[in-house]
Amino acid sequence: MPKRDDLRHILIIGSGPIVIGQAGEFDYSGTQAVKTLKEEGYRVSLVNSNPATIMTDPDLADATYMVPLTVEKVSEVLERERPDAILPTMGGQTALNLAVALARNGILDRLGIVLLGSSLETIEMAEDRGKFKEAMARIGLSVPQSFLVRSLSEAMETLSALSFPLLIRPSFTLGGTGQSVVYNREEFSRAVLFGIDQSPIGEILVEESLIGWKEFELEVVRDKKDNAIIVCSIENVDPMGVHTGDSITVAPAMTLTDREYQTLRNAAIAILREVGVETGGSNVQFAVNPRDGRFVVIEMNPRVSRSSALASKATGFPIARVATRVAIGYSLDEIDNEITKTTPAAFEPSLDYVVVKIPRFHFEKFPQSDRTLGPQMKSVGEVMGIGHNFREAFLKALRSLENGTDHLMPVSLPEDPDELDRRLSQPSDRRVHQIGEALRRGVDVETLARITGFDPWFLREFSAIVSMEMELGEFRGQPLEALPEELLRRLKENGFSDRALARLLDVPEGSVRERRRALGITLHLRTVDTCAGEFAARTPYLYGTYHGSPEWRRPSTGDSVVILGSGPNRIGQGVEFDYCCVHGVMALREMGVEAAMMNCNPETVSTDFNVSDRLFFDPLTLEDVLEVLEAERPRGVVVQFGGQTPLRLMKGLADAGIPILGTSFEMTDLAEDRERFRDLIDRVGLLQPRSGLVHRIEEALPAIQRIGFPVLVRPSYVLGGEAMEILYDLEDWAEYERRIASMDFRFPLLVDSFFSDATEVDVDALGDGREIVVGGILEHVEQAGIHSGDSACFIPPRSLSESVLSEICRQTRVLGEALSVRGLMNIQFAVQNETVYVLEVNPRASRTVPFTSKAIGFSLPKVAMRIMMGETLSSLGLSGHRPRLLPYTAVKEAVFPFRRFRGADILLSPEMKSTGEVMGLSGDFGGAFRDAQEASGMSLPGSGTVFVSVSDRDKTAAVQVARSLHEAGFRIVATGGTARALEAAGIPSDRVLKVKEGRPHIVDLIKDGEVHLVINTVSGKQAQKDSLSIRQETLLRNIPYYTTIEGAKALVLALEKRPESSGPRSLQELHRLLEEGAGA
Amino acid sequence: MSRLGQGKKISLALEDGTVLSGTSAGVAGTVAGEFVFNTAMSGYEEVLTDPSYAGQIVTMTSPMIGNTGITLDDAESTGVHLAGFVAREIVAVPSNHRARLSLPDYFQERGVVAATGIDTRLLTLRLRDRGVLRGILTTEEHDPAALRKAAGEVPSISEIDLVARVASRERKTLLPEGPSSLRVVLVDYGAKESIAHCLLARGIGVTVVPPRTTARQILDEAPDGVILSNGPGDPAILDAEVEEIRGLVGRLPLFGICLGHQLLARAVGARTFKLPFGHHGINHPVLDLREGKVLITSQNHNYAVDPSSLPAGAIRTFESLYDHSLEGLWFREGRIYSVQFHPESAPGPHDARSVFSSFHAILMGEDP
Repeated sequence: MPKRDDLRHILIIGSGPIVIGQAGEFDYSGTQAVKTLKEEGYRVSLVNSNPATIMTDPDLADATYMVPLTVEKVSEVLERERPDAILPTMGGQTALNLAVALARNGILDRLGIVLLGSSLETIEMAEDRGKFKEAMARIGLSVPQSFLVRSLSEAMETLSALSFPLLIRPSFTLGGTGQSVVYNREEFSRAVLFGIDQSPIGEILVEESLIGWKEFELEVVRDKKDNAIIVCSIENVDPMGVHTGDSITVAPAMTLTDREYQTLRNAAIAILREVGVETGGSNVQFAVNPRDGRFVVIEMNPRVSRSSALASKATGFPIARVATRVAIGYSLDEIDNEITKTTPAAFEPSLDYVVVKIPRFHFEKFPQSDRTLGPQMKSVGEVMGIGHNFREAFLKALRSLENGTDHLMPVSLPEDPDELDRRLSQPSDRRVHQIGEALRRGVDVETLARITGFDPWFLREFSAIVSMEMELGEFRGQPLEALPEELLRRLKENGFSDRALARLLDVPEGSVRERRRALGITLHLRTVDTCAGEFAARTPYLYGTYHGSPEWRRPSTGDSVVILGSGPNRIGQGVEFDYCCVHGVMALREMGVEAAMMNCNPETVSTDFNVSDRLFFDPLTLEDVLEVLEAERPRGVVVQFGGQTPLRLMKGLADAGIPILGTSFEMTDLAEDRERFRDLIDRVGLLQPRSGLVHRIEEALPAIQRIGFPVLVRPSYVLGGEAMEILYDLEDWAEYERRIASMDFRFPLLVDSFFSDATEVDVDALGDGREIVVGGILEHVEQAGIHSGDSACFIPPRSLSESVLSEICRQTRVLGEALSVRGLMNIQFAVQNETVYVLEVNPRASRTVPFTSKAIGFSLPKVAMRIMMGETLSSLGLSGHRPRLLPYTAVKEAVFPFRRFRGADILLSPEMKSTGEVMGLSGDFGGAFRDAQEASGMSLPGSGTVFVSVSDRDKTAAVQVARSLHEAGFRIVATGGTARALEAAGIPSDRVLKVKEGRPHIVDLIKDGEVHLVINTVSGKQAQKDSLSIRQETLLRNIPYYTTIEGAKALVLALEKRPESSGPRSLQELHRLLEEGAGA
Repeated sequence: MSRLGQGKKISLALEDGTVLSGTSAGVAGTVAGEFVFNTAMSGYEEVLTDPSYAGQIVTMTSPMIGNTGITLDDAESTGVHLAGFVAREIVAVPSNHRARLSLPDYFQERGVVAATGIDTRLLTLRLRDRGVLRGILTTEEHDPAALRKAAGEVPSISEIDLVARVASRERKTLLPEGPSSLRVVLVDYGAKESIAHCLLARGIGVTVVPPRTTARQILDEAPDGVILSNGPGDPAILDAEVEEIRGLVGRLPLFGICLGHQLLARAVGARTFKLPFGHHGINHPVLDLREGKVLITSQNHNYAVDPSSLPAGAIRTFESLYDHSLEGLWFREGRIYSVQFHPESAPGPHDARSVFSSFHAILMGEDP
C-alpha cells in the first residue's frame, strides 16, 4: 500500500530550544522528517523557534516559521498555512504537548487538520499516568504500584499503601523534570509540591521506587498493517533510580536470555497496540528485578526520543525516517533499508559490535548544585562509543567525553569502609571512576554489586580493565620496548587509549603511538551495517576498532575532505557547531567533493549516515583522528567548524603534517595567545581593554588599581569554583581575596578592565586569505561582562552610530587580514562612548553563526567551506559585500537550565550557563524581543505586579524602566532603596521587605502568587547571597525575570502596545524580502 | 571432566584457504564441518542445543557470548549437536538469576570444541561472499598448510546422514495439562523441544516418533495429524524419509517445519536446493502472502524449496523478504501446511507462533 494521497501539506512541530532532556536529537529526527516528506512530494511547513537547527534551514521545508511554540503563535501559522495534517512525533515532548493543546483548543477540528503518527487519544493514554496504568492492566502487564494525586493531602493518603523510598513523577513533563526520589516524609512533602507545580496539569504520580532493578528500553516501530519491529534493545548500566538520560547505557542488551528478551519484546509490542501507536516509533521502558526476572513497565513515549536517536546511530536504522514514512501510510515492507538498499526496513537490526552511551555532565557550571543523579535528568549531552566488546566501546565513549577523562580515571575515595559504601551507593557522574578505584583497591565484584546495584556483569568488565592496568603497571619505568607485543595488542583491543597507556606507563603519548605503529597495531575501520554482515552495506557508516583486520578501504575516487565534529553537547559547545559542520558537508557535496564526517555525538545531524559521503563514528582524540585519517587520506581536514573540540587537536594535526584547510594553525594559535595577540592589536593600532597578568597575590591590588575598577578577574585554574568574576570596588576585591584563599587556586590571575557602560557587539565575518567581508553585526542586549553566549543579541544593531558600525567593519577587516583568515571569523567588540575595543577574535565558527546565517539570508559556513576549497569571495560574488539592511529585526535569546539545578543561582555572569537559544523575528525590536522571550519560555504578562529591586549603579536606569511599566499599568513593588529612588522620581511603588528585613517579605509575596514579573539586579557576593531566595522562588514559580538592567529595558520595549501584527511570516518570505531589497 | 583445551590456541581453516586463530574455550580436539554464521543477539543456549546444527560449525556474529551462562531450562534438546562453536568473545562468568553454569563449563561438560577471540566479522563476510564453506576447527594443528589441506578434505554435508545421528530413537507420548481432544504424531528428525511445547500449550497431545517410522506405523497410531520436525543436513539425501511421508499424503493433515517442510515438498514432487549461505538468525522478515503482513521469524536452514518445481494446487503462503525464497506452503486439498522458518522460535520472536494456530485450524477441519 503506498503513501496516503489524501494529504498534500504537512506541518512538522520542532522541539524548540536545546534544554536538558531535549537536545540535538530532535533536530536529527526533525531534519529526517522534513527531508522524507519533501522526497515524498508533500508541501512541508515547519514551526520551531531554534535557529541553531538544520531543520529550520530555509531550503529544507517549504515554509519555516521561527515562532514561539505556543498555542497562540502556532495557531496563527495553522490559520495561514492550512496544512492537512500535523506530524507531532518528531519534536520531543514539546511538540507532543503542543499538539495536545492545539487539539484540545479545537483549532485542529475547525481547520480539518489531522494528527499523524500518534492520535490525541494515544498521546493522552501514554502520557497520562492514570490512563496508562489502566491500559497496562487491560493487557495484563504490571506497572509499579502508584497513585495519581493533585494535592499534598491526597499525596499524604497514599503513604498508607506505599513505603519509602518513593518516586514522585509529574505528569506531562520532559526529561523527568520535577521527578525525585524521596526517603522520608519531609522530602516527600517538598517533592510533591514541587512536582505538582512542575506539571502543566498540576498532577503527579506517587510511585513505588524500583531502586536497584535493572532497566531496559526497547525501540519499537509499528505500521498500519500492525507490523511491529524492535529496532534496538538498550540496557542501562546504572540501575533504576537514575534517569535513563543520565545513565550509562549499552546496546544491545547484555544480560538477558532470549526467553527474557522475548517476554519484553512481546510486552513492548502489546503496549503499542493497546496504547494505539499505529503508525510510528515508540520507546518502551521496563524494569527487571535481577533476583527473579519479574518485570514491570515503566513508561512509553509515543514518539521518537533521545533513545531512538541513539538506537538509530547504534544500529544504522534511521528510526525517524522510517517512522515518518510509516506515518504517511507506508508499511515497513515497502520501505528500504537505507544501508543495504537490497533488504526492507521490515526486519530487526543485528549488531556485531557493542555500543555504549555515556552522558556528559557540566556540573562545574553550577557549583552550588547537587551532583547526585536521580530521576530528574541533569546531563547536557552524550557520547557514544562503538567497539568489538563492551570494554572497548566503554573506554572509547569515556575518552570521547571532552572532560579530561581518557580511561577509568584515578579518583579519591574515603578510606573508612562505611564512608566508602555510602559514596559508592550514591549515583553520580563520577561513579564509574569510583568503582574503578574501588576495584583497584581490591574491593570485590560481589560487594560492589551489592552497594551499587550494578549488574555484576558490568562490574566484571570494569574489573577486567583494572586487571589489565595492573598487568601494564609492571612495565612502568621500563623502556617501551619491554612491553610485550601481545599485551600491547590486547590492551588496544580492550579500548585502552594511547593517552591512557602513556599516563599509566609515564611516557609521552607520542612514544606509545610510535611503538604501537612500529608493531603494526593500527585502527581498523568496520561498518555499521544493520545486519551483522549478512548483507553488503552500500552506505559507509564506519567505526574504528583495534580488533581483527581492516574491512573498509577508501575507494580510490576523487578528493575527499574530513570535517571534525564538535563532540558531546555541553554548555558553551552546543548544536551551533554541529550546524556549521553539517553546512560544511553540504557545501562539499554541492561542489562534488566527497565529504567525510567524524564525530562521536549520537544526538546530532552530522552523525546521520545520510548526511555525508562517509561517517566515522569515533572519538575526537588525536589518536583516533590520526588513525582515521591514515585510512581516509583526505585532501584536507576542517577544524574550524566544530568549536573547541577539533581546535584542541589542531596542533597535534599540524605537527603530524596533516593538511588543515582554512586559517592556519599559527594564526589560530596567535589569536588564542594573550600576549602575542596583544602585540598584534598594538601593531595594527587597535584598542583592547587594559589588562594585566598577576603572578602573586601581592601584585594583584596594584595591578587592579593600575587598570581601574571595575575589573573582570579570571584565575587560570580553579577547582570547583566559579572561574570569572567582576569586581566593582575594593570591598569586592577584599571578599574575592578571602574566598580564593580557601580554594585550590592557581596563578596567574588574569585581570581585565571591565567596561560597565559598554555595548558588546559580535561580528561574524568571512575571509578568503586576501579579503574580509562582514556577514552580520550583532548587538548584545546585556552589557559586556555577561558571557556572550548568555546574552540576548540582535540584528541589525539599534544603538550603534553609522561611524561606529563602519569602524567595526574596518577593524574586522584589519584583524582578519592580520590573521590571514580563510573561512569563518568571529570578533567580539565592546563599544564605549563611540570608541571600539577588541575583546576577542576567533578565526573559526562561533556560536552565533547559525543565527546570523538565518537572519542575513545566507549560510556563512557554506561560503567558508567553499573558500577553504580554494574559491574566493570575489568568485563567489561576495567581494565588497556589506552587511545587508534588514527589513526586520532578529533577536536571539538564551535558554537556561536553572530549573534542573536546584540550588543554582539564575544570575548571569561571565561564565556561560545557557544550554540553547531561540530566535524571535519581527518588524521591530520590541516585537522580536517579545517573541524571543516567549519562545524561551518567559510568558510576558500584559499587566499585574512587577517586583523591582536593583543595585545602586542601576538605580537611574531602573527609574526609566519603572516609569514605562507604571505607565503601562503595572503595579510596582520595590525594596527599600529602589522604592526610595522611584519615589524621588515621582513613580508610585509599594515597599516590600527584603528577606533579611522580616516578614512578610518579598519571597512570601511571590509564594502567594502576587508577583507577575521580577526585575532584580545585584552586585557583590553578599547582596547576591541575600537575594538568592527571591530568584529561586521566581524560578520555581516560572515568573518571567530579568537580572540585568539592559534586559529590563528591552522588556519595556517588548511590552509596548503595537499595532495588530500582520501574522507570522515564514523565513522564506523574509528572505525574499531581503532579495528584493537587495535588487532595488 | 577435564578442562583440557581451555586457553589453548585454536585454529580454524576453511576450504577457500582462510586460516584464523583464537583461543580454545572448550575441549581439546579437532572437528570438521560446514561453517555457518548466526546473527542472533540472544539465545546461544538454544542454538547450541538445536539438533539442526549437526555437522555445522556455528559462528555467532554477536560479539559477546555467554553473558547469561547456561540455564539448562532453555535447552532445545538434551545435548549439543553442532560440530563446533566460534565466537569473538566467550564470557566466562555469567550473570543471570537462572544461570546454572558458565558457558565454558558447559563446553567442558558436553565436550564441545569452541573458539573465542576469532575475528568473526571477517569470517562472516567470507561466508556471505563465498557461500557456505567446509572447514575444520582444531586445537591440535596450527600449521597453515596442514590446516588448509585438512579443510579441503572435509566431506560435503550432503554425504552424511545427520538425521540418523541426532534424531530420537524412541517413541514417547506427551500429554498437555488439562483435557486434550487432539493428538498429533511428531516425526523427530532432530526436533527442537519447543515444537512439542507449543503444541502442548494449545492442548494438543504429542506422540514423538523416530525419523524412519513407517507411514503404516504412523497411521496405526490414528493421530489427528502429523508434524514433520526440523532437523539437520541436506533434505535431498533423505529419500527413505520422503518415501514414508509420501505414504501419508492425503491420508491426514500434514505439517512441516524447516527440514520437515522441505521433506513434505519433496514428497509432493518439488525439489530443494542449497542457498548460498543459508538463513541463520532470529531477525528474518517473512511476508504472509495472504495477509500482507510481516512476521519477524527465527530461521535456521541452508536449503530451500524451489518454487518453480511446485506441483499444481500448491499455495505459496510465506516468502522471505530478504531473498524472496519460499517460506511456506499450503495444499488445501491435501491438508498440508508447512513453513520453512521456526514458528516455535526459541530463540527468537514469537511473531510466528500463530502458525500453530493454523495447524490447529486444519486439525479442526478449517482453513488456516
